[in-house]
Order: sequence, then structure tokens, then C-alpha cells
Amino acid sequence: MSFPISIGGFIAVYIFMVTAFAGWVIIGRVPAILHTPLMSGSNFVHGIVVVGGIFTLLNASTPLEQAIGFVAVLLGAGNVAGGFAVTQRMLAMFQSSGHPTKHTKHAKRAAPAALKSISPKKA
Amino acid sequence: MLITISQLIIGSVDLIAAFLLMFGLWRMASPVTAPSGILVAGVGMLAAVVASFLYVFTVDAAAKPHLPLNIGLAATALLIGAGIAWWSGRKVAITAMPQAVALFNGMGGGAAGAIAAVELFGSQTHGVGPLVVTLLGALIGSISLSGSVIAWAKLDALLKKPLHVPGLQIFNGVVLLACLMVGAYIVFAAVGGAAPVLTMPHLIEIFFGIALLYGILMTLPIGGADMPVVISVYNAFTGLAVGLEGFVLQNPALMIAGMLVGAAGLLLTLLMAKAMNRSVAKILFASFGPGKKRKQGAIKGSLKPVQASDAGIFMRYAKSVIIVPGYGLAVSQGQGKLYDFVKLLQAAGASVKFAIHPVAGRMPGQMDVLLAEAGVPYDLIVQLADVNEEFKDADVALVIGANDVVNPEARTDKTSPIYGMPILNADQAKKCYVVKRGDGKGYAGIVNPLFYADNTFMVYGDAAAVCVSMTEAVRGLGAPAAAA
Repeated sequence: MSFPISIGGFIAVYIFMVTAFAGWVIIGRVPAILHTPLMSGSNFVHGIVVVGGIFTLLNASTPLEQAIGFVAVLLGAGNVAGGFAVTQRMLAMFQSSGHPTKHTKHAKRAAPAALKSISPKKA
Repeated sequence: MLITISQLIIGSVDLIAAFLLMFGLWRMASPVTAPSGILVAGVGMLAAVVASFLYVFTVDAAAKPHLPLNIGLAATALLIGAGIAWWSGRKVAITAMPQAVALFNGMGGGAAGAIAAVELFGSQTHGVGPLVVTLLGALIGSISLSGSVIAWAKLDALLKKPLHVPGLQIFNGVVLLACLMVGAYIVFAAVGGAAPVLTMPHLIEIFFGIALLYGILMTLPIGGADMPVVISVYNAFTGLAVGLEGFVLQNPALMIAGMLVGAAGLLLTLLMAKAMNRSVAKILFASFGPGKKRKQGAIKGSLKPVQASDAGIFMRYAKSVIIVPGYGLAVSQGQGKLYDFVKLLQAAGASVKFAIHPVAGRMPGQMDVLLAEAGVPYDLIVQLADVNEEFKDADVALVIGANDVVNPEARTDKTSPIYGMPILNADQAKKCYVVKRGDGKGYAGIVNPLFYADNTFMVYGDAAAVCVSMTEAVRGLGAPAAAA
């Protein structure tokens, strides 16, 4: 028994079609207030390209392939880590009127530099 | 045996990861569930990255001797890339968020392009179909990389003015066509055995060179205010490139995650374009601004400057205030000071709302994040469609650092470049204060009749400084506001 994955042309088109439809539906539900975190979050999601980069680099057999593969993993890792850090930070800031204390806790931990811009009285 | 087990584990983990990424985005539907959504997606991503090291058991025979070095390289690249990006993602100011997202997005496009490059240089792709898909992913990924870098430079004010060269769009079309032709030639040379004029590596280098050049040329003429759309387009591009390379690598998780983002980016792009009442094609391929000279009708009325302290005290006694924030607020980093002032008004019994235009700022929803950073609860932040009817009952509309999104010309003047764009009805409020640094025009380069209206008063100054003066003036009054 073995489990190689093999996706032919038409199957790929089906996958793309269903996923695009799902993406359209999922994203359509997101309110405008969250559009920046959404964009940053979807930016994080396509960071999965780093997995492809690792696969490619592990299979590299010439110095040229190794060099480009290294760049692929480097950039992909940056995409993933940066996308996550930024999205998580932004979402932690969204609080309803009911939870004002929770916000300051998050803001202090996540954005010490940004907090300085808020009034000295508050800080 | 080891191969079978590692394939089984990678396949299952990737399946779970793909589900968690989708589920994470699903939870973005509300500010309440969104923070846990990104954590869920993060767990999926982490699992997929860790599992991908099991590929060491499945590598090609040719790569076996290089395996120890490759593992070291992969781990090093992962640590360096993730480390630097994590650190900068944590440090970057909230106002600089659009730049950061543009840059991280460009990295993803670059990674997809680099994967395609390895496949092409190593001649690992066979057959017309896979080759075309690889090249298409390479093209889109490369455009996304160089275009995002230009977008980042523009947003970071390293590149100040949009480039306006006559005939640039035609030249760009030729460049894109040349790129497609080189790509087609690569396919013919690889599959049909057409005698290459140049060696294959050279052809591939030329292909990537032209693709990167096109990304730069395509982005240079686009102005700062169109950046929400551009970032959204490149986000979709990177997603698409990742999806296509996922097919080349036969990795369904990449295909699904990539296509998901491709669809998301497309939808957001269309929403943005609709909010600006312009077509996506016009934003990307025709910039407005200089060049189209138009005679604007004579404007009735005059600009009436007032002191920030007077404006602040007037609002202290208002019952309802709607605030329209714009990019100027982000530039001056005045969001926290604005909210301090708002808290005084609320303590004095006023109802205060923030009205957000879909294209306010340099990224869709940038104002929402900015206000959230200052601690404004999201239930005080309302979107254009939900708030526009309330302006006529509001005592004061406070326009702070915004211009084109409150220009009533968009409703009435058919010759105006922004005609038809939905605007916030700040002009219908009983009184309107406009906080501006000077008499400059907005991005669209047109005079705003709202500023000349009888019930509009201009408060000149930096948004943050004006908020401080207004706060001090209201605090100076003592009374209930002093309690805040």
C-alpha cells in the first residue's frame, strides 16, 4: 500500500473551481470592519507556499537549485511569520465596548511602540 | 515502508492544515471569533511546515547525496526568514500596516516564483500542460513580487509621485506580450524540440527578468490612493501563483490555500473598485490626476477658518457627532488623541460614531484597525451604508484628514473624476468641521465644495495636534467632562 498524491489536469480544475467558490462564500461573510485583518490573514494563508519551498529545496541536486530553493524557503517563511504576526496583532485590538480592559492588556503586550502614540494620560 | 508512512503522515497533516486554514478564515466573519480564527489557522500552518520535513524520506535519487546540506539550508532559511519577519511584524507601527502586508505578500509571490524557477532550471516539469502552469505561476508570482515591492516603496513614501509617461501603458503591453512569447518559446523548445536560439537557462532568465520588470512598470503609474486595490490585486496574484505551483508540485494543500486567497483577493478587489465607482481595469491601467484638465465650476461661498478650541467646545455641547476619519489621521498618528477627545464628548452626554468610507486610508479597512488600536470599541465604528442616513440628524460632522470621500461633487457633477462614487454625507449635518493641514486638494486633485459650504468650518492643523487642542479646550471647561 502506498499513498502518493497524483492530481491530473481535470481534477486540478475541479479543485480550483470548488475552492474558488468556497473562498468567495467565506470571504463574502467578512464585514468591512475586518477587511484589513482579512487581507493580512489571507496573506498569511498563502504563506503555505513555504511548504512547497521546503519540498523543492530538499529535492535540489545542483548548487543553482539549492540557491534558488533557499530563497524560496526564506521568502515563504517571511510570508508566513510576518503574515501571522501582523494579523494576530491587529485582531487582538478589536474589542467591543464591553471589554475595555482586555484591550489595554493586549495592546501593551503586542504594540509597545504604538502605545506611545496614545495620550500620555492613558499610558 | 518509511516512504509510505511519511507520505501518509504528510498527506493527512496537509489535509488537516488545509481544513484549519479555511476554518480560520471562516471565523473571520466577526471581530469576536476572528482572533481565535487566526490561531486555528496558525496551528494548521505550523503542523504543515513541521510535517514537510518528512519529505526527506521521499527525495529523488539525484538529491540523496545532497540531503544533509539541503536539510541544513532549509532549516537555516526557515529560521532566518521567519525570525526577521516575525520580529518586524511585531515591531511595525499600526499606521505602517499596509506597507508590511505589501512586503509580506511580495515575499509569497517571490517564493512561488522561486519554486517555479527551480522546476524550470532543473527541467523537472514535463508535458505542455504542467509546463504552461509552471510558467504562468512564475509570471504571476514574479509580477506580485516586484509589484508589491514598488507598492511598499510608494506606501512608505520612498517613491512619492506616480509615474506619468505618455504611452507607458502601450509599452507595458508590449513588455507583457514579450514575456508571454518567451514563455511560449520555452514550452516549444522543451516539448516540441524546437532548436533554441539561446540556451534554455538563458531563456528562463530572460523570462523571469521580463516578468519582474513588468511588475515594476505596471505599479509605477498607480497613485497612492489606489493602493487598497493594488495590494488586494497582488494578494490575489500571489494566491493564484501559489495555487498553480501547488499543482506543479502535486500538493493539494497549496492548491487549496492558494486558490482560496485568489478568490478572496478578487472579491475584495471588486468591492474596493465598486466603492470607488471605478472599474478594476481603469485603476490598474489608467491613472487619473494630472493630464486630464477639467474646468471646475465656480464655487460659491468661502473658507471659514476657526480655532480648534472653539470647534472642541462647540462639540462639547452637541448631542450627536459623527466623525469621518481619513488618511490624514493615520499620517499624524492622531487616532489615540482623537479617541481621548471622543471620550470627553461621551462623558458630556453626546452620542459619537465613527463613519468609515470603504476606501478611506491606504488599505481596505485601514481606518477600522487604526481606531481599534486607539481602543475605540468596534460597535462605535459604522460603515458607509449603515450611517449615511444619520448625517442629516447629526449636530456635527467632524471630517478629520479625509477629503474626496466627503466631496458632494461626486453626487452632482457629472464631469467630476469622482462622479458616482458613494460618499459620506457629511455635508448634510447641521454643522461640519473639517480638520486639514492646509488648503491642498485631495488625491483626486479637485476642489471640495463641502469646504466652502455655509455650515462648514475649517480647522487648520495637524490632526493629532488639533485633537489635543480640542481636548484641552473641553477639559478647560471643567464640568462633567473633567471626570473622564
